Amino acid sequence: MEQSILNFYEKSISMKQVLIDAVIETLTMSLVSTLLATLIGFALAIVLIVTDKNGISPHRYTYKILDVAINMLRSFPFIILIIVLFPVTKFLVGKHTGTFAMIVPLTIGTAPFIARMIEGAFKEVDRSVIEAAKSFGTSKVQIIFRVLLPEAFPSIISAITLSLIIIIGFSAMAGTVGGGGLGAVAMNYGYYRFDGTYIFWRFLF
Amino acid sequence: MIDIKHLSKYFNNQKVLDDITLHVNTGEIFAIVGHSGAGKSTLLRCINGLEGFSEGSVNVLGQEVKHLNESGLGALRSQIGMIFQNFSLLNQKNVYDNIALPMKVWGYSKEKIQARVDELLKLVGLEAKKFVYPKELSGGQKQRVAIARALTLNPKILLSDEATSALDPNTTKSILELLQEINTQLGVTIIIVTHEMDVVKKVASRALLLEDGKVIGLGRIEELFLRPDEKMMRFLGEDEELPEEGVNIRLFFPSNVSYQPIVTQMARALNLNFNIVWGKLEKLNDHVVGSLVINIDEQNATSITAYLQEKTEVIWEII
Repeated sequence: MEQSILNFYEKSISMKQVLIDAVIETLTMSLVSTLLATLIGFALAIVLIVTDKNGISPHRYTYKILDVAINMLRSFPFIILIIVLFPVTKFLVGKHTGTFAMIVPLTIGTAPFIARMIEGAFKEVDRSVIEAAKSFGTSKVQIIFRVLLPEAFPSIISAITLSLIIIIGFSAMAGTVGGGGLGAVAMNYGYYRFDGTYIFWRFLF
Repeated sequence: MIDIKHLSKYFNNQKVLDDITLHVNTGEIFAIVGHSGAGKSTLLRCINGLEGFSEGSVNVLGQEVKHLNESGLGALRSQIGMIFQNFSLLNQKNVYDNIALPMKVWGYSKEKIQARVDELLKLVGLEAKKFVYPKELSGGQKQRVAIARALTLNPKILLSDEATSALDPNTTKSILELLQEINTQLGVTIIIVTHEMDVVKKVASRALLLEDGKVIGLGRIEELFLRPDEKMMRFLGEDEELPEEGVNIRLFFPSNVSYQPIVTQMARALNLNFNIVWGKLEKLNDHVVGSLVINIDEQNATSITAYLQEKTEVIWEII
């Protein structure tokens, strides 16, 4: 009993560096992916909201194509998406394993999700406010940046926060198929070696 | 100022506006009245191009609305303010930023915006609420902010779309007084869309009555309300219960005679008894006008009509 506690303690110390590295990797992966996915998602959301049939400048086909593409990507199981995207990742980063490589599938996998949530935030903006803006001669671009964006801002922030949490979850999944970070640690040490201590610390983190 | 000719609009093959012709004069308060779904808000939106139309012409401030491109329409809209039933304020912006928004959109300098917003806050009586957010304001205060916002660009026309419908009677009264003040002091032409007859009676000088997209009445409100024709009566939901025997004579009292004791004078002069069977008094634009229906047996009817004709200014008709 005493031996095993001591063992646990010693191992925990030696494990420290592994875990600190893993946390940094996970955070890098998640934050960079969230940032990129937000930028892409934001752009997509603006195209969606503008071309929607009740939008400022309706365009049926643009909306439809984007709508279908987003729905398809969104319903794709993430672990499969990572593998499907290996060639794309390799083309963009030069390899398909490691922390930086995983940013590609994480971004592509969550951008549609963020796009939908930001679109939802935009749609919550009262239509009559947009009408009022039009009534004093606001142009379409100004409606987006002076009316829609400020009004939807709190919802957009909560959408991004939620996305970050989801991306952290996804990044662990990425760790199992060649990505870095806490997912990889949990997989390599915890699952393959079946060493509970790692999982314990991983869990605490 | 605003000239609408033979305007029609279809919505999914349904005619929502049917051959509407009207002219709004500079400086007047004009009301568009109708029940819900009559097309009154649609008609209002045709004036500033928020809604398109199928046939006819809408000429506003000398410009044909349907021929304007996007920037032309924007320029026209900057001369037309608009207020709404649900206020349409930006909830994430405070009162100052809400009122300043039109000027920011049109690229005014910060000093000009500040001066104008302060001026408008004073006009609508909300100086103390400058940095408050809309959710902390009451309905009446929100509408005041919306009015201030609609006036930032010094519009020549103010469109009001059911602006008082969500407000209680006292607040409605104060908002209407504000609109009257804006009309008389700033010379802004105001077009009010409403389903509330009291609003029309209080502020409007002329009105257009819409039913199912068709015009059923257009004219000075004294005429519309005091001498309603059959359509107008149905529109107002008024049913007169008149006796079937004898002769019913309707008397109209224009504002200049409504304070004279005509009925009792007539009874004394002719030494006749008659029944007052229906009647009402209305306050229209601060004038009191009234109508009364009297019932009398047939042999005495002629002496009454003769008296009314010769001795009084009352307008009358036998019904």
